[in-house]
Amino acid sequence: MTAVADAGASLGVSGEGAGATTVDVVIVGAGPAGIAAAVRAAESRRRVVVLDEAPNVGGQIWRHRSRDTLGAEARLWIDRLSRTNAEVRRGVAVVDVVVGGDDAPIVVVAERHRGGAEVIRASALVIATGARERFVPFPGWTLPGVMGIGGAQALLKQGATFRGKRVVIAGTGPLILPVAASLTDAGARVLLVAEQAPFQAVRDFAISLLTQPDTLLQAALYRLAFLRTPYAMGTWVTSASGTDRLAAVTVANARSTWSLPCDVLCTGYGLVPNIEMPRFLGCATADGAAVVDERQATTVPRVFAAGEVTGVGGVTLAIVEGEIAGAAAAGVARVDPSLVRRRHALRAVARRMDRTFAVRPEIRSLARGDTIICRCEDVRCAAIASLSGSRQAKLYTRAGMGACQGRVCGPALELLFGWQSGTVRSPLEPARLSTLSTAALAGAAASTDTLHSSGS
Amino acid sequence: MSTRLPSGSGWVTVSADGRPVRVPAGVTVAAALTDLGVAAFRRSVSGEPRGPLCGMGTCYECRVTIDGVAHRRACLVLVSDGMQVTTAAATQESP
Amino acid sequence: MNDRRPDAIVVGAGVVGAACAVALARDGLRVLVLDADAAALGTTAAGMGHLVVMDDSPEQLALTRYSTSLWRAQSDAVRAASELDWCGTVWVAEDETQLDAVRAKQRLYSEHGVDAELLDQTSLIEAEPQLRPGLAGGLLVPSDGVIYQPSATVALLALARELGAEVLERMPVEEIIPCGVRCGVDTLRADIIVNAAGASAASLTPALPVVPRKGHLVITERHPGFCRHQVVELGYLTSAHVMTSESVAFNVQPRSTGQVLIGSSRELVGWDASVNRRVLSRMIARACSFMPGLAALTAVRTWTGFRPATPDKLPLIGRWPEVPGLWIAAGHEGLGITTSLGTAAILADLVAGREPAIDAAPYAPDRGVPAGVH
Repeated sequence: MTAVADAGASLGVSGEGAGATTVDVVIVGAGPAGIAAAVRAAESRRRVVVLDEAPNVGGQIWRHRSRDTLGAEARLWIDRLSRTNAEVRRGVAVVDVVVGGDDAPIVVVAERHRGGAEVIRASALVIATGARERFVPFPGWTLPGVMGIGGAQALLKQGATFRGKRVVIAGTGPLILPVAASLTDAGARVLLVAEQAPFQAVRDFAISLLTQPDTLLQAALYRLAFLRTPYAMGTWVTSASGTDRLAAVTVANARSTWSLPCDVLCTGYGLVPNIEMPRFLGCATADGAAVVDERQATTVPRVFAAGEVTGVGGVTLAIVEGEIAGAAAAGVARVDPSLVRRRHALRAVARRMDRTFAVRPEIRSLARGDTIICRCEDVRCAAIASLSGSRQAKLYTRAGMGACQGRVCGPALELLFGWQSGTVRSPLEPARLSTLSTAALAGAAASTDTLHSSGS
Repeated sequence: MSTRLPSGSGWVTVSADGRPVRVPAGVTVAAALTDLGVAAFRRSVSGEPRGPLCGMGTCYECRVTIDGVAHRRACLVLVSDGMQVTTAAATQESP
Repeated sequence: MNDRRPDAIVVGAGVVGAACAVALARDGLRVLVLDADAAALGTTAAGMGHLVVMDDSPEQLALTRYSTSLWRAQSDAVRAASELDWCGTVWVAEDETQLDAVRAKQRLYSEHGVDAELLDQTSLIEAEPQLRPGLAGGLLVPSDGVIYQPSATVALLALARELGAEVLERMPVEEIIPCGVRCGVDTLRADIIVNAAGASAASLTPALPVVPRKGHLVITERHPGFCRHQVVELGYLTSAHVMTSESVAFNVQPRSTGQVLIGSSRELVGWDASVNRRVLSRMIARACSFMPGLAALTAVRTWTGFRPATPDKLPLIGRWPEVPGLWIAAGHEGLGITTSLGTAAILADLVAGREPAIDAAPYAPDRGVPAGVH
């Protein structure tokens, strides 16, 4: 009965004659939104496949090695998913998606990390690709030991030990508190927790949360967990130093700067929705997020989106959106009005958060001429600063043309220079040529492009 | 440290840059390498040492060679018994 | 902008326009280069960056040979900025028939002073171990090379500026008029106007027989040493020559970064820049049939571009009699980067009334190739 299955069948290196799986709903991303969507769609008696490139379900916030470490809500949803017939394929990265005419199935092609392509045909697609951290370049940010705030949390949950390590956490946003708590619980020596937003902004935001006492209580509990660590507002890291790995950071506030020797710096400035797939498919986006209607439908027919990809708003909102999207993708006619109400309220909170944690100008000018902006191609700030757009930067310097396909430097360039990211092309992630070939064949077959000549 | 234990005991043996090491089952290659004290997972195109940044598969800084296949993101792969992992320490060229 | 009227206005700051700007400025002309966007973001951006001698016709051989020698003579600064690598080209013959063609090619190249070494089955694999066994042989042309053409274009424009030229980006030219161009409400005048607008050249000079010929490219992660030379199947010439609606041909290129660039395809589909998955799959399949190891390489990006194609596969270099003051430097198909310098030299010679180093008559824009016939 349990249908959580690993990707099994190999499709062959040549990619030709690939076997495909046909389902009703294909869901990309097995975080809270994807899980909720899969549950709703499967419980509506649809055939569902969920794809995720991580080795396990949960996305970022529900990342786990064993079920016992999960909170109650996470365990509830993950158990509920395993009781459905939804098939979960882990360790697969989506490389191409074709949405053809109304009669043609949506084709999703993914690559297994160890090799081999998978082709899924579906009547509807739910994009639940979540969000990633925004990194702002500063001197020394490329040293081993400098990682994201969510990045540190991810590594911790993946089994890395932080016990005894001297950790500085400096960035912005609600991620800081739970991560500071987790690292402290894990035995790290957290020397400083620094939030760049000014004290007044954070205080006002906290006051606005009085209408949601649970959230405020949770924040207080997190703070208690790292009570012995100074928690400073209006404070940020200006540089990191070390020979082959991080040895110290320089911290600043409005009045002074000082140096702090440490082993790990956790730094990140908010979250950026992973809208590569919606943009690739031509879905409308606004303010860096996928635009959806009250049924979580994007502007492309049969394509839905749920969770952080529609705008960063936290796990509760992601679940609500996932439920709406899963039901809608399954063809359920009427949206549950209680879900709609909850979404509305949660979205309002999300908007307040954005305003509170805007990145201050001092941080946007930390990068010096020799600071690396594009880490994949080692392009330094001086090479880019005189240019006028991301396409020009790409072609002249290769910034954004590396393996991460601009996922790290793109948000940085937008923050520093106001440049928009360019066209998204396949492969959506780097993939073997054999997979590209499979994707091309499968996509071509599904596409209603009538420009083909007969001699192929 | 180089004891090879039977699988199912909660530990697996992995070769990290030629050294056999025992690591807990169920951790990612990135977590295992971090705990082994590896700082440089890879060398950037200009030779800088690089390690995990995002922890979630988007930054591509944690790339190592696993079982002969290059450019694999260590944060997305669980360790398995007999796995061969090569980092920047063993290879002289990027990734 | 300087009030003094330029002697020449070059429309298009791609590799051909940049080269023309340098050549004209060297002759002492005040040159103004205009581009609708930033330099090298149009036709030039999508190219493979190869510097290759090609013999689809004696006239093509003459121009490509002349041009590659001019690349060889560039300053260290330009060559370094261009990441120029004389890695050479290996042409591949699949069977005995193609091997005969390769032998003829080798003789032709030798007659024109281009070194070319016949490769038998064994030495072909030694030269490029990733080629599949069973190929008949090939031809090694060591004097070919690869550049990174956006950087090369930027370097050439910098050189043009040093010689007194002015470059104005984000100045789209809407119309070419006698001895002038119209940019929005402004009219800029010069005695010499050069249409170097790449695949869009016919939008400014409607009777130009230039149409966009779409190509796909794929670039991989860094896999240094996978191939050492540009590798091209002999069928590439057929693909480039015959103007059918769609064709693919095997062509890989090692980039200075260690990435492998994979081509090629040709289609006539107007200006549709979307990746055609079917054509892409044909192209990849063809490439993998020559180098099976490609299938395991990691691809990071695919894209398309438009080659400015003419019916007789030769570019248009010289005066355009119908419009006073107008000169053409366009229609280079897949050889724009190679022949940019030769084109510029010929153009500058013609403008100055000098005899060009090679016979320029075959490239005369008014040689009677009808537009719209492809």
